[in-house]
Amino acid sequence: MCDTCGCGQPNNLITYKKPGEENEHIHEHPHDHEHHDHIHDHSHGRVIQIGVDVLNTNNILAQRNRGYFEAKNIIALNMVSSPGSGKTTLLEKTINSLKNNLSLCVIEGDQQSMNDSNRIHAAGVPVIQINTGNGCHLDAIMIDKAVKKLEVADNSILFIENVGNLVCPSLFDLGETYRVVVISVTEGDDKPIKYPNMFHTSDICIINKIDLLPYVDFNIEKSKEYALKMNHHLQFFALSAKTGEGMDKWYEWLNRIKL
Amino acid sequence: MLNEQIMHEFSIVMNVLAIVEENAKNLHAEIVHEIEMDIGELSGIDYDALEFAMLHTHKNELLENAKLVINKIPAKAKCKSCKHEFVINDFYTACPKCNTFDHEILQGEELKVKSIKID
Repeated sequence: MCDTCGCGQPNNLITYKKPGEENEHIHEHPHDHEHHDHIHDHSHGRVIQIGVDVLNTNNILAQRNRGYFEAKNIIALNMVSSPGSGKTTLLEKTINSLKNNLSLCVIEGDQQSMNDSNRIHAAGVPVIQINTGNGCHLDAIMIDKAVKKLEVADNSILFIENVGNLVCPSLFDLGETYRVVVISVTEGDDKPIKYPNMFHTSDICIINKIDLLPYVDFNIEKSKEYALKMNHHLQFFALSAKTGEGMDKWYEWLNRIKL
Repeated sequence: MLNEQIMHEFSIVMNVLAIVEENAKNLHAEIVHEIEMDIGELSGIDYDALEFAMLHTHKNELLENAKLVINKIPAKAKCKSCKHEFVINDFYTACPKCNTFDHEILQGEELKVKSIKID
């Protein structure tokens, strides 16, 4: 973190890379370090009403993304979760099962490393890795740039694996068709009430790693109950990406939304 | 405070200052004295973390003496089943009349720059 203002580092560059390539596209955040002495005086001044939503810029770009996806019949899924819930394994298994029937592609989001995109590449579908540097979430402008570079085909399902974080991504609309929150049974069944905003803004909730249920104190029904309190409309899939249990219902849903 | 929370509020402050600067420049302002914000109790913003982030974010001459004023907007919901309106502190309070959980949030999710005081 920059020790002058606490934002990203002075050279905070967000990168967009396909597995095996050098940086081509750079998205720079402007950073101003000017400093002046100034006398405080709050007694004067005229008040001007502004009335602008702080996330206005992102929301506008997100709607533009949404329009783009609709025009090209792309179903975009924003996959959100804590780090370690099993998102990437879930995507690997999904891709291996469905890639012969459906057109699939992936945008990976992490602070650093190509590891996740390399795994998706090995599964055999187009993928691009966004590295956010110190950024803790993906935003609409990043998705716009990544989608253009990835050249997402019409009639595809686009999986966006967001940065592992249940706090910040909840406020940043990417223009997705569905938001999918992934929790695993090792995280405690009260996860939904600890991160209400994320569950409130999601459409689908996947409960992963059910193969570990015998070893943890996780009550699936209690967890669903908590989640439904945050969001009456959530749809659930309880599954194990590792063993394949419950994956059939998830695949069924993916096939259905593509129609 | 969680590290994630602080990072998040710093990111919000950057957006706020960008909005304020754009508007202030359009109005040919030389100094911004005050930034007034409407922030709902269910917006996902921690008020203390936001004040901390605003204080510790470096600002240019136009913005560096801007005082942050936060209007905390309480959250209200309307039950979709029985139409009863009630105050809430979280997303998981049942309707006090009919005890169901499907409601519309009437207010409390705001995250707005309401006004600026300039010269």
